[in-house]
Amino acid sequence: MATTTAVDLTSQTKPKKLLLQVAHDWLTTVDHKKIGIMYIVYALVFLVIAGFMAMLIRIQLAVPNNHFLSPQVFNRLFTMHGTTMVFFVGMPILFGFGNYLIPLMIGARDMAFPRLNAFSFWISAFGGILLYYSYVGGSGLYGAGSAPDVSWWAYAPLTEKVFSPGHSTDYWTFSILLSGIGTTGTAINIVATILSMRCKGMTMTRLPLLPWIYLVTSFLVFVAVSPLTAAQIMITIDRYLGAHFFDTQAGGSAILWFHFFWIFGHPEVYILVMPAFGFMNEIIPVFSRKAIFGYPAMVAATVSIGFISLSVWAHHMFIDGLGAGGNIFFTAATMVISVPTGIKIFNWLATMWGGKIQFKTPMLFATGFLFQFLGAGLTGIVLSSAPMDWQLNNTYFVVAHFHYVLVGAILFALFAAFYYWYPKMTGRMLSERLGKWHFWLFVIGFHLTFDLMHVPGILGMPRRIYTYEAGRGWDSWNMLVSAGGFIQAIATVIFVVNMVWAFYRGRVAGPDPWDAWTLEWATTSPPPDYNFAVPPSISSRRPLWDLKHPEDVDSHYEY
Amino acid sequence: MVTGLWAMPDFAAHWMTLRTISSLTLAAWRFLPPLASLSPTNMLDPAGTPARSIFNLTWFVGGLVLGIFVVVGGLLTFIVLRYRGRATDDNIEPTQIYGSNQIELSWTVIPILLVFMLFLTTARVILGTERIPKPAGALDVAVIGHQFWWEYRYPSLGVVTANELHVPVSDPAHPTPTYLNTSSADVTHNFSVPRLAGRIDVIPNRVNTIWIDPQAAGLYLGQCAQYCGTQHAKMLLRVYADSPADFSAWIQHQQAPAADPSTLSPQQLEGKSVFEHNACANCHTVKGTSAQGKFGPDLTHMGSRDTLGSGAFANNRQNLHQWIDNPDSLKPGALMPPMHLNEKDLNAVTEYLTTLR
Ligand code: HEM
Ligand SMILES: [Cu+2]
Repeated sequence: MATTTAVDLTSQTKPKKLLLQVAHDWLTTVDHKKIGIMYIVYALVFLVIAGFMAMLIRIQLAVPNNHFLSPQVFNRLFTMHGTTMVFFVGMPILFGFGNYLIPLMIGARDMAFPRLNAFSFWISAFGGILLYYSYVGGSGLYGAGSAPDVSWWAYAPLTEKVFSPGHSTDYWTFSILLSGIGTTGTAINIVATILSMRCKGMTMTRLPLLPWIYLVTSFLVFVAVSPLTAAQIMITIDRYLGAHFFDTQAGGSAILWFHFFWIFGHPEVYILVMPAFGFMNEIIPVFSRKAIFGYPAMVAATVSIGFISLSVWAHHMFIDGLGAGGNIFFTAATMVISVPTGIKIFNWLATMWGGKIQFKTPMLFATGFLFQFLGAGLTGIVLSSAPMDWQLNNTYFVVAHFHYVLVGAILFALFAAFYYWYPKMTGRMLSERLGKWHFWLFVIGFHLTFDLMHVPGILGMPRRIYTYEAGRGWDSWNMLVSAGGFIQAIATVIFVVNMVWAFYRGRVAGPDPWDAWTLEWATTSPPPDYNFAVPPSISSRRPLWDLKHPEDVDSHYEY
Repeated sequence: MVTGLWAMPDFAAHWMTLRTISSLTLAAWRFLPPLASLSPTNMLDPAGTPARSIFNLTWFVGGLVLGIFVVVGGLLTFIVLRYRGRATDDNIEPTQIYGSNQIELSWTVIPILLVFMLFLTTARVILGTERIPKPAGALDVAVIGHQFWWEYRYPSLGVVTANELHVPVSDPAHPTPTYLNTSSADVTHNFSVPRLAGRIDVIPNRVNTIWIDPQAAGLYLGQCAQYCGTQHAKMLLRVYADSPADFSAWIQHQQAPAADPSTLSPQQLEGKSVFEHNACANCHTVKGTSAQGKFGPDLTHMGSRDTLGSGAFANNRQNLHQWIDNPDSLKPGALMPPMHLNEKDLNAVTEYLTTLR
C-alpha cells in the first residue's frame, strides 16, 4: 500500500521501452485506467482546439462591422466550436473520469466489459477525428475544406441536400453517429459495472455519490442518445435515399427534427452537469473535513433530476408556436427541476457549515463552482418562464446562461477534479502555486466574459451572427467580453503547463495525499494494473474514515 | 403610472406583494439612464402590449431571482469566511453531521412555494398573450421568411412588399393590432422585434402567429434570430409604425401600379427592357410588367424603401449599381447571382429601378 508512483514511473523508464512499445501498450489496452486517461487526454486536446476557435470568434465580434473572418468561416467556427465542446470535450472527459474512478471507488478490478470499453473509446475518438477531417475535404485545408456550418443543433431543413449541398453536413452527421454509438456502449458498461462489480459490503446505500450519479447519468444516456442516433439516421436517409422526414420542400416536418434533437439535447445538458455534481460530492466533504450532509436526499435529488430532465425538452421550443398549453406545461416542468437542484446546493452548503474548510486548489475550484452554478441556475429560472424566453431565446443572454453552466459549473468542477485526482492518476501533485494563479485568472476572465455577455442579450443581440452594425448598443460589451475570453485562455495555458511540469517534477503524492475517505485512496498512486492487491470489503460509506477513526466509525450514524 | 403598467396582465390586483416589489424597483429605476438610449432593440424599453407584459414579468422574475441570489450567495460567502480552516486549528476533525430531516424538508418546501408563485405569474402572461380574442380592427399580414430577406403580404389590401413592414399605430382605446402570420419559403427563420413582442420561429409548412400593437409611431428594429445559413447576420427587420393617416397613404401608394412607362426617359426605358430580358425577371416581380418572378423581393415600389438587402445597406444609386453588378460584395452569401451586365446596361437598369417609387 505504501509504494509510491515515483518508483513506478522511474522503473518504467529504466528498461527504456521503445516508444513504439509504449504506444502499442496504450493502443491495445483494455485497462479501465488507461482508457480513462486516454479519454481525458483526447478531450483536453479538443478543449484546446475548440477554445482556440472561440478566441477567433471573439476576435471577430470584438468590434462592429469586422472583416477578420468571412461569414462562412465564422459559421463553420461556431458550428465546430459547439459540436466539439459538447461531443468531443464534455462527454469524453466525463466518461474519462468515470472510467478511471468508478471501478476504483467501488473496489473493483476493472469495468464489467473491458473490451467493449476499448471499443467505445476508439469509436468515439474516430468520430472526433472524422469531424476534423472535414477541414481537409472539399476545398482543402486553406479553403477550410467542407467543415460543417449548420450549428451544433443542425436544424432541418437547413441540413437537407437542397440547402446544404456537398458533404459538410455528412461529416457532422456521421461523426455524431459514431460518438453516439461509443457513448451508448460506455453507458451500458458503467451501469453493468456499478450494478454487478461492487466490492463486499458495498450495498447501494453505501455506494459513494459519484458512482451513484454516473449510474443515473448512464440511464439518461440510453434514453437520450437513442433519439439522436435515430435522427442522424433519418437525415442521412433523407439526404442519400430521397426520403422526406425533414424535407419541408416535399412536405416533411421541421418541427419533427426540433423534437428529436431536443429530446436528446436537453437531457444531454444534465448528462454533462451531473458528473460535475458527482465531483463536488467527493471534493467538498473531504476539504470541509465533514461527511456529506443528507446522503439519501442527494441520491433522491439525483434520481428525480434524471426523471424530470426527460420531460422538459420543449423549453428549447418556446418560440416555435407550441400554443399556450404547451408553453405552460413545459414552463412548469422546467421550473420544477430547480427544487431538487436547490436541495443539492443547500446540502453542499450544509456540508461546509461547521467544517474546517481547507482552500487547497480543488476546493477553490469547488467554491467557484458553487457560486457560478448558483448564477447559472438562476438565469435558468429566468429562461424557464416562457414569456421571458420569447424575448431572450437565441440571444446572447442564452449564450451567457449556458456558458455559465458549461464553463462556470462543469469546467470548474472538472478543474477541481483534475487537481484532486491527478495525484492518483500520475503519482504526482500539481503545483498549488500555479493552481492558484490558474484559479484566480480563470475566475476573473470568466466573470468578465460571461457576466457581461448577458447585457447584449437583453439588448437584443442574436447569437450566431458573424457581425453587427454599430449603433445597437452592443459594441463596448462585446469588446470587454472578448478581453475576458483571452484572460481565460491565459489561465488555461497555465493549467496545461502545470500538468506537464507536475508530470515530471511534481511532488510525489503517496497513496492518500488529501486524507480522503473513499476506496480509490486505499491503493497506490497510480494504482497497479489490478487496482487492489486484495479486494477490499467495507462497512460504511467512508471506509477510510473507519480505518482512520476506529473509535468513531461511520456505520453507527448512517441512515 | 403603475396602474397603466400593470394593466395587462393584471396580476398586481391579486398579488399585493408584487405591487410593492414592483413599485420599489420602479422607483429605483428612475435613477438609471433612459432605456431607449441603450439600444434600439432593448426588451426593457417596450412599445407595445406583448412586449410590455413581458417587461412587467421581468421585474417579478428578476426581483425573485436576485433575492435568491443575495440570500444563497450571502450564505455561501458567510460559510466560506466563517468556516475556513486556520493554521492554528488543532488536528481534530470537526463534528460530523450526517443530515437532518427537518432542515432538508424546509429547503424543499420553501423553493416549491416560490416555484409555484413564479409559475402562476408566468401562466398569466402566457394566457394574456396567446389566449385573447382578436379585436375587430385587427390587420392580418403574411410574413414569409426567405434566405435572407423578408416578404410581407397584406391579403385584404392586395399589397406585397419586402423587408420593410408598415403597420398602423394602435391606440389602446381602439386597438388595431397587426396579426403576423409567419411562414417560411425555405429554412427556419425567426421574427423578432424586441420592443414590440417576443420572438417567434418562422417555420416551413407551418403558420405561427404573433400580434403586435405599437403604440407610438416610429421605426422598430430587429433581426432574424434563428440561424438560417450564410447571411443569417444580415437578415434585418424593420417595422415602421405609421399613424392611421400615414398608413392609409402608404397603402394607397403601394396599391398603385409601378411607374408609367410613358413617363420614362429613353435610358430608363432601355433599363426596363434590360430588366425584362435578363434573369432579373425570373426572380423579381414588377407589377404591370412581364417580370413576375417570385424568388427575390417584389421590386414594384422598391424606391420607396429606405434600405436594400433586408436592411443591410442604404437604398441609393451607388449601392444599387454595386448590388446588381455583384451582390456578394455588399452581402456575401446573398442568393442573388451577379448579373454580368456591361456598364451601359448596368447604368440603365439602375436608372430604371430608381423610377420604381
Ligand atoms: C439584373 C437582374 C436583377 C436585379 C436588377 C435585381 C435587383 C435586386 C435588388 C434591388 C434587390 C434588393 C431588394 C430589396 O432588398 O428590397 C435584390 C435582392 C435579391 N435578389 Fe435580385 N435582382 C436581379 C436578379 C436576381 C436573380 C436572377 C435572382 C435569383 C436567382 C435574384 C434574387 C434575389 C434575392 C434572393 C434577393 C435578396 C437578397 C438578400 O437580401 O439576402 N435577383 N435584387
Ligand atoms: Cu433568417
